[in-house]
Parts: sequence; C-alpha cells; structure tokens
Amino acid sequence: MYILYFLAAFLLTFRLKKVLQDTPLYTKWKNQLNYGWGIWLIFGLAQSKMGDSGASIVGCLLLLGLLQYLSREPDFEPFQFYITAHYPLVAVGLLDALIELIAPDFYEKWRSYFGFAVLAAFVWIYARWVNSKKQRKDLEVATRRNTELDRLVTERTAELTKQKNELQETVKLLQATQAQLIQQEKLASLGELTAGIAHEIQNPLNFVNNFSEVSMELIDEMEEELNKGDTAEAIAIATDIKQNLEKIIHHGKRADGIVKGMLQHSRSGGDTKEPTDINKLADEYLRLAYHGLRAKDKLFNAELVTHFSENLPLVGMISQDVGRVLLNLFNNAFYATQHKKATAGAGYKPTVELSTSLDGKNVRITVKDNGTGIPDAIKDKIMQPFFTTKPTGEGTGLGLSLSYDIIVKAHGGKIDIQSKEGEGAEFIILLPLTK
Amino acid sequence: MKILVVDDEADVQPLFLQCFRKEIREHEIEFDFALSGEEALVYLKEKHSEVVLILSDINMPGMSGIDLLSRIRHDYNVPPPPVVMMITAYGDEENHRQAIENGANDFLTKPLDFNLLKEKLKTLLA
Repeated sequence: MYILYFLAAFLLTFRLKKVLQDTPLYTKWKNQLNYGWGIWLIFGLAQSKMGDSGASIVGCLLLLGLLQYLSREPDFEPFQFYITAHYPLVAVGLLDALIELIAPDFYEKWRSYFGFAVLAAFVWIYARWVNSKKQRKDLEVATRRNTELDRLVTERTAELTKQKNELQETVKLLQATQAQLIQQEKLASLGELTAGIAHEIQNPLNFVNNFSEVSMELIDEMEEELNKGDTAEAIAIATDIKQNLEKIIHHGKRADGIVKGMLQHSRSGGDTKEPTDINKLADEYLRLAYHGLRAKDKLFNAELVTHFSENLPLVGMISQDVGRVLLNLFNNAFYATQHKKATAGAGYKPTVELSTSLDGKNVRITVKDNGTGIPDAIKDKIMQPFFTTKPTGEGTGLGLSLSYDIIVKAHGGKIDIQSKEGEGAEFIILLPLTK
Repeated sequence: MKILVVDDEADVQPLFLQCFRKEIREHEIEFDFALSGEEALVYLKEKHSEVVLILSDINMPGMSGIDLLSRIRHDYNVPPPPVVMMITAYGDEENHRQAIENGANDFLTKPLDFNLLKEKLKTLLA
C-alpha cells in the first residue's frame, strides 16, 4: 500500500513540471521539480529499512512536507485546487499506519476497508487532477479568445484611426473646394453684373458725349451772337452751357460710382461694417440685376416698383456683401417672373417690387415678385448649399446659402420667405440698426 | 411739327431742347416729353392728332418701347399715322427686327447722333 504515498508525491511533482513546461515559470522550478525523482530513493530506503507501516508513515510525511512547501509558494497558487486534494490521502494514510501499529488485530479485521479508504483517497486526487486539467483547458481557451479579441480590437482601432485620418483629409479638401466655390459664385454674380454694368455705364456716357457735343455747338452759337452784339442771347447760351457742364459732371460721377461699386463687389475680404444708405444700395443693385438680365434676354421686360421709406437711418454693414445678397434676390425674382412669362398668358405683367422700411430696431428690405413662386416641398431646402432648381451649369446653388451666411451670421439679421406656388415669392431681410 | 420724345431718362429733355435750339426758335419743331410708355399713351389720348413724330426709347421700366409702338399702331391707325422712330442702347438685330415688325418707321441707336436725326427730320418735313 505504502507505494501509493510515494507515487502520489512523485506524480504531484511530475504533473506540476508538465503543466509548467509551457510557462516562463518552468526555468525557475525545473530543477526543484526534478528532485521529484529523489522520492524513489527515499522510497527504496524506507522499503528496505522499515516495515509496511514505517514506510507508510515516511511516505505520508514526505507527501505532507511537499504539500506544505508547495502551499507556501505563490507560484503554485493556481494549482491549489489540485494540491489540497492530497490532504485526504495524507490523513487516511497516517491513520491507516498508526492503527496498524497500535491495534494490529483491529486493523487485520478491517484491513480491506482501510485499503479501500486509501485507494479512494488516491483516486480522489486523480479525479481532482482531471477536473483541474479541464478547468485549465477552459481557462486556456478563454485566454486564447481574449488574445484573439484583443488582436481584433487593435486591428479595428487601427482601421478606424486610418479612416478618421482619411476623413479629416477629405474634410480639408472639401473646405478648400467650398472656399473655391464661394469665390466662383462671387465671380459668377460679377459676370451676371457685367451686362448690367455695361448698360448702366453706357447711359451716363451717352449723356456725357451728347452734352459735350451740344455744348460745343452752343459755344459756336454764342460767338455768333456776340459778333452780332446780342449779349442777352449770348448770356442765355452761357447759362445753358453751364447747365450742360453740370450735367456732364453729374453723369460722369454716375459712371464713376458704378465702376467703384463694381470693384467693391468683386473685392473679397474686407469685412468692416460701414454706415450705408440702404435705399441707394438696393436701388443700384436692382437696376444692375434688371439690365443684366435684359442684356441676356432682350425681350424680357418687367415692371420695377420701389417703395423706399424716406429718412431711413444709415445701417452699419459690409455693403458689397449685402449688395451681393440683394443682387441674388433680384436675380432670383427676375428669373421667376421670366419663367412664369414663358407659360402665363399675354395678360401677365412681370413685376418686381422692392420696399424698405423701419421695423422696430431693424431695417426691413422686401423683395417681392409675381413669378413662379416656391413649391412647399422645397421651401426648407432653398437655403441649403448646392440646392438649385436651375438646370445644371446655370446655378451654383450657393446664392441663397451665401445670402443666409451674410445676413444671419455676419450681420445678425434675418431672412424670411413667404411664397405661394404659382403666385410669387417674397423675401424679407431684417438688418439690425445697432449691434 | 410736334415731336413726342419718350424716355425714362429725364436728362434727354434739355438735350433735345438744346440740340434743336434753332428749330424751336424758328417754330419749325415743337417738343413734348413723356417719361414712360404709359405717360405717352395718356398724352396721345388728347394730342395724337397734333403729333407728327414719336421718338421712343425701347428699354424702359414698365411698358417697353415695343409695347408702346404696337399700342400706337393699334390705337391710332387713322391716316395719317404718326411716324415712330425707336431708340435703343442695345443696337442689336433682335431689337431692330422687333421694332420694324411692330411698325416702326426707323431705328436709332444711343448715343444719339443728332446730326443724323436732323437729316432724317429734314426729309420728313420736306
């Protein structure tokens, strides 16, 4: 029987060695566990020098010592479940040997039971071993799964980081493109202005030319009158000439103002707000927009109705930006009436109405047309960038979106829209007097 | 000879008065002015029989010169019909074609060549 205690001790060291084999702890414990072979030396000595019970006690104490030693090593903590399984064998073994020594008769009588108890304790160790092996395997699988998950997470994180960087690049690119588009929109509106500007400059220039020519003729006439001695008539002619020169100056300044306005419109940057006469600005751009469209569609004609509230206070604004907004609204209004004219009967009279008024602490500018109107379905979208109802290539879809930015974001104002499809649209701009 | 000039630019009025200074003094020509097509129609209602020549701008806000022309040709067709000359800053084919189609007698471009206009008036008076 006593061989079982030595066998248990040996198997303990042997199994621990096997389990540790694949771990970094192996090098630390390899030698100590190899001493397990020494158990058989002790076994040999005990067998030859002692009787059965003596060898049993030696085996049990050896096993107990080994258990005590292993229990104190934190490295074997994970195997406690298996190590403690040996204690029943130690207890049963010592009891078995002591009873054999003390009460041999009693022992003889119940021998088979004692043998059975020892065997049971031994089998118990084996059962616990198998069980712990299974537990370790499960643990191993879990660990492997964890490692796999860790790897996947790392992989995904790297992927996401890469995607994030790519998106950031795209956003940068889009921002650059947007800036370019805004610049293009400015240039496009300038292009639309060109024809209007040409017409607007042509008119005053015509007057400058005509009044200059007629003044020269008048001077010839004045000479004639003076030669005849009719000074009264000569003085009358001189008065006319003076008036003509005043007209020339007036129309020269008119052309000058238009060119300055054009330069201001194309200039980007400048964001200082200056007190501006809103009536003058709106009227100027209304004419530019009208003549711009007229230059493209010679047959188009619209009635321009203006209701300017007199004595409006000057409003602090970036005038070329607000001018751009107005130009955009006028262009849209004319476009809508032009479209309606194509389908409406002969009785249709395209009309664009521009009004200004004081509304509490705001100046209100209203641009109203009797054109095609805005369908309810797109009312929410028309302020969005790149939304356009115009055929590809005709509109950038940035006009109203930029207008919104200029009025609401840059000037702290408001844009309201009222429209009935088929009847017309009304855009109301509110600009605060003081900020 | 009474001439009606229709143009939305008020400054054409002193211009015409000065260019035709002599003719006005000699009572050869008399000018009246209208600032829009609508105003011209109101004027013509009373004085269409006196007016011999109408000079009208095409590009005016509201009623255009072409609209005015077709109204005149429609409403005042009793002989002798007034002579109508159209004036425009856009001296393009389309305007010219439309003016002639609607019954304009002549077509002039801005800036006005007053010597040319005088020549034309002379042949008209003769």
